[in-house]
Amino acid sequence: MRAYLDYASTTPLDERVLEAMLPWLREHYANPTGIYSLCQKAKQAVEGAREKVAELVGASAQEIVFTSSGTEACNLAIKGYALANRRRGRRIVVSAVEHMAVLEACRAMESQGFSVSVAGVDEHGCVTPEKLEQALDRDTLLVAVQLANNEIGTVQEIKELAEIAHEHGAAFFCDACIANGSIPIDVEKLDVELLAISAHKMYGPKGAGALYIAKGTRVEPLLHGGGQEHGYRSGTENVPAIVGFGRACEIAAEEMEEEAERLRRMRDEMVRRVMSEVEDVRLNGHPERRLPGNANFAFAYIEGESLVLELDFAGVSVSTGSACTSPTLEPSHVLTAIGLSRAQAHGSLRVTLGRFTTQEEVEHFLSVLPGVVERLRRISPFKRGGEGYV
Amino acid sequence: MYSEILLEHFRNPRNMGRMEKPDGVGKVGNPACGDVMHIYIKVGKNSSGEEIIEDIKFETFGCAAAIGTSSMVTELAKGKTLEEAEKISKEDVAEAVGGLPPIKMHCSLLATKGLRKAIEDYRRKKGDAGEGGEDSGDSQEG
Ligand code: FES
Repeated sequence: MRAYLDYASTTPLDERVLEAMLPWLREHYANPTGIYSLCQKAKQAVEGAREKVAELVGASAQEIVFTSSGTEACNLAIKGYALANRRRGRRIVVSAVEHMAVLEACRAMESQGFSVSVAGVDEHGCVTPEKLEQALDRDTLLVAVQLANNEIGTVQEIKELAEIAHEHGAAFFCDACIANGSIPIDVEKLDVELLAISAHKMYGPKGAGALYIAKGTRVEPLLHGGGQEHGYRSGTENVPAIVGFGRACEIAAEEMEEEAERLRRMRDEMVRRVMSEVEDVRLNGHPERRLPGNANFAFAYIEGESLVLELDFAGVSVSTGSACTSPTLEPSHVLTAIGLSRAQAHGSLRVTLGRFTTQEEVEHFLSVLPGVVERLRRISPFKRGGEGYV
Repeated sequence: MYSEILLEHFRNPRNMGRMEKPDGVGKVGNPACGDVMHIYIKVGKNSSGEEIIEDIKFETFGCAAAIGTSSMVTELAKGKTLEEAEKISKEDVAEAVGGLPPIKMHCSLLATKGLRKAIEDYRRKKGDAGEGGEDSGDSQEG
């Protein structure tokens, strides 16, 4: 049996999305930019998708720019906004738990004369208003805080944080890639100028993302060329992926609420059993304010890469924030930001459920987990009540 | 990413566990990623009277490469004279496990360091035998 419990990494493509995409991969290949009928048909498909995407996040269609990924949307938001508004200030404030796409895009702007300040988080991964205020100054032009965290699932109080940013005269960018489709989003209510989303985190295809740019917000394009996407993003549109993205948003709008309820119940029960069936384990992230399908554990005395591989042998696909799996050999910055030691971050395991997760899959995971943890603990020099583990 | 040999050692580690009353202990920590390895040895003599590693055990807190190479280094060292065992290099271990990704070579290095430290510890204890050198070999640096 195979239990895929890594939905935060990527989601399977929904069959209904695939169905919607197929004609655009097969017969309807024309370029949306042309003026003859085949092109116009493609153009309409892109615009139809734009409306569906806009509707899911409470935007109007003209405010949605399609990109090749969530990463590109984050880069366009940060770099594009900073470059277009450099007279408003030179500081960008980001939370300590942002996705690498956001952190690295900010870092890249340092060579362009911008400076970056990091707002810390509390032990649950929440950016508190106080921490944000501390990082802000009059020179801040942009604040970036994610809607939810992809590792620990913590959901931020964006509205409250955006208000603080606005009081300081800064615009607000919200990376909602992992949250979109799992929890409701309304850009008006959140009161943000920029918001990034991605198709493959919500049962759409890889290769499609979008950036919401509120009317009146100036953003400099990163890709120059034929002037597609109102000039914000040149390059021939990835029509099949965009159509799929639109369909995925449509399905999410219909099913999100019920699905979230189901996932929350299944996740809560799974967490309860992991905590009761395995010793010396903690749950990372916020006890309540977290994405419905997310669980993140830290198992003491053992390391995550070994854990993930052992679970893989047992037919379970999950992930870890251990330093041993990172190309830089650094532990996850999210786990260290919430105060985990290196050793604790080593033993982290992220288990994320989604639309196609069955109770059988969860049961399978629960049935193999204690044995796997126990085996690795026998190999480890650190033991319960022993010394050296910090 | 990993060879079959490495995965096999990871799943069925040889000589794993703590040793009662070892003659030497090597405790090393990995400065790169923060893993920890303990190697325990018992020293005996071969027929020509040379000191050999009669028994060896390990405990590892680390990735699959760290566990697999710990297991392999104990296999390579067992029965060898102390001089031979000391010469086992990270490349020897990596080769024996069927190769390692470059980013995992430091795990192999950790295994050989652990072994050398255990031998060092044994020699030091032997050197100042009777003077209570029991607590040596505890330092965690790699
Ligand atoms: S022990 Fe950390 S990478 Fe191998």
